[in-house]
Amino acid sequence: MTQRSRLHVPHPPARPGDKPDFSYVQISPAGAVGRPDVTAPARDIESLSLEMVRVLDDQHRAVGPWNPHLEPQDLQVGLRHMLLTRHFDDRMQRMQRQGRVSFYMKSTGEEAVSVGQGMALLPGDMLFPSYRNQALYIVRGRSLVDLMCQCLSNTKDMCKGRQMPVMYHWASGNIFSISGNLATQFPQAVGWAMAAAIKGEDRLAASWIGEGSTAEADFHHALTFAAVYQAPVILNVVNNQWAISTFQGFAGGEHRTFAQRGPGYGIPGIRVDGNDFLAVHAVTQWAAERARQSGGPTLIEHVTYRAAAHSTSDDPSRYRPKEEWQSWPLGDPINRLKQHLIGLGEWSEERHSALEKQLEAHVSACWKEAVSYGTLTEGPSLDPASMFEDVFKQLPAHLARQRDQLRALLRAQEGSAPKKAPEGLQSVAKEG
Amino acid sequence: MAHRNMVQAINSAMDIMLERDPRVVILGEDVGYFGGVFRCTEGLQRKYGEHRVFDTPIAEGGIVAAAIGLGVNGLKPVAEIQFADYIYPAFDQIVSELARLRYRTAGEFFAPVTIRTPCGGGIRGGQTHSQSPEVIFSHVCGIKVIMPSNPYDAKGLLISSIEDEDPVVFFEPKRIYNGPFDGDPHKPAVPWSSHAKGEVPDGYYTVPISRSEVVRAGKDVTVLTYGTMVHVTEAAVRVAGVDAEIVDVRTLVPLDVDTLCTSVCKTGRCVIVHEATRFSGYGAELLEAPIQRVTGWDTPYPHAFEWEYFPGPARIAAALKSVMEAS
Repeated sequence: MTQRSRLHVPHPPARPGDKPDFSYVQISPAGAVGRPDVTAPARDIESLSLEMVRVLDDQHRAVGPWNPHLEPQDLQVGLRHMLLTRHFDDRMQRMQRQGRVSFYMKSTGEEAVSVGQGMALLPGDMLFPSYRNQALYIVRGRSLVDLMCQCLSNTKDMCKGRQMPVMYHWASGNIFSISGNLATQFPQAVGWAMAAAIKGEDRLAASWIGEGSTAEADFHHALTFAAVYQAPVILNVVNNQWAISTFQGFAGGEHRTFAQRGPGYGIPGIRVDGNDFLAVHAVTQWAAERARQSGGPTLIEHVTYRAAAHSTSDDPSRYRPKEEWQSWPLGDPINRLKQHLIGLGEWSEERHSALEKQLEAHVSACWKEAVSYGTLTEGPSLDPASMFEDVFKQLPAHLARQRDQLRALLRAQEGSAPKKAPEGLQSVAKEG
Repeated sequence: MAHRNMVQAINSAMDIMLERDPRVVILGEDVGYFGGVFRCTEGLQRKYGEHRVFDTPIAEGGIVAAAIGLGVNGLKPVAEIQFADYIYPAFDQIVSELARLRYRTAGEFFAPVTIRTPCGGGIRGGQTHSQSPEVIFSHVCGIKVIMPSNPYDAKGLLISSIEDEDPVVFFEPKRIYNGPFDGDPHKPAVPWSSHAKGEVPDGYYTVPISRSEVVRAGKDVTVLTYGTMVHVTEAAVRVAGVDAEIVDVRTLVPLDVDTLCTSVCKTGRCVIVHEATRFSGYGAELLEAPIQRVTGWDTPYPHAFEWEYFPGPARIAAALKSVMEAS
């Protein structure tokens, strides 16, 4: 027989109509993985990148050496943040369907990653998120109204109408701007951390990308620079199994865990149950302590599942089984923390329903306030001439001329036609 | 005051800024211990330490990304890309990140990064060590683009660039690092000590960004040029016996339209010279009347104002009308 090569095109275990199959996800029992000292050399702890750090067991009890022993009040705060994120996401998705915002991206099923990590870090730590880390804003206390105004591109939009929805930023809250281009923030976070080390600060940087984006050169740049300069940075890969329609095998996940890429660079890699609030919190604390002691970077792979569509422009029923999330072996992060708190005697179904009602009302009130500052299609709206600001610190002559041309044009149009939504907006809203 | 070639002038600019401003850091391939393949950073690591001047992995995208992070965290990075021909792996970080950060955050975040990079041919560098990609960057809104033509301007403009809070891509025509070049490779090399602009003050001074300079006054024709071609043009004008006015553009973005227009209006004729390729080249930017161009504005594409940005029928009609009126 002639020898010849054959191109391997990865296939996910299940497509629409198939029975979901997550047998490829290797799961360690809760409490089974040892917690090394934060000063352990990277080469001695490579097994952390293969196993899965888990704290909550099947009965929702916290077990093993990674249990962060958080106070019940902190757990309740974490639960509240996760629930609020989910309600916020649901509302914004509905508003997109109604044509009130052009685009939205939910984080459903992944809330424990941003909430657990956000709570484990210090307020001075600088966060370089991806577009599915909205809960970081909730943990740090940014008003939902502000986030909604950004999605609405209205008169209170922090981005002054320049960014698509969800691409927030918050300088005073130490959360960096979200780019539309994937993974670019990963090596930028390393640069930020290098500056912190140059200045001798105890602040660190944390950044997030999806497993799909690990294929970008920026991932390699980030890990190389982080390892070379031993930068105080936590690099997180949120492995939610799906990058729009391509499953994690297209980023190389069939052959190695994403956490295992860390040891290849000399960086500890930790694979964690991303739907286990306590485990996420614990590994983040470990990595943060290590970074603050000049121990350098850590790569964390959060194993989770993208329960919602990639974005409002996406239809996952075309490429994966509809009910796949129900079969996800690591469950729902909100339910798991809720059951844990109930088991501790610190929560109840009644309190949970009451909290849900309260959060729902809060989200409604925020939305009502946000739209009072305008929407993309209804006034009040920003001055279009403001689009020329902030290209440079000071307005250069050529932009001043262009601004004046636009103003003259808008003045000429005023009164010549009734104000209506510009043509084409509906199709844009659909396509996102 | 001393004679300096362009390498020494550029080195002096960085030396002075490292001394004056503790936020300034220098990074790039071979820039630390070794002092750079063109020697522009020679001695700086020894003088300021390896936390101020350091070598990087061979990853231009990583260099610019790290510089952005350093800049966001309060430092003023000067990143060297060893050859302009190597800058493309960093293109996304420059175009989508560095150039847009201030805009997309409405001024809350910015990264005051200066990217220095040697460009141009004439050193037998072939197609991967001779490119002049300045127009690829001048097309990107949000970055300033500079190309000096002599040691005095190189030092003053580099200091201005480092002090500037906007990102700058600073092109250094490497053929004239050691002396002005008149375009004839068979003539003996001329050192900068023989040129007035080879006189470079020891201390701090600036040459303002966005100011072009008339380097030769004349009345018959204006030549708009920059970089190495300033010197080649000067030689050509001597040979041709034409009383040409030569304008060294120096800053490609933001362009000093007034100086250019004043000269062209005076002479009534214009020749544009650049080493870079012609098609869609920078020269097209210098051709305005009577052609009207209807284009997107020179800003990123804003989410809320895409139809104010989009070059729609009203703007096209206005341009048509204005051309018809002019003819």
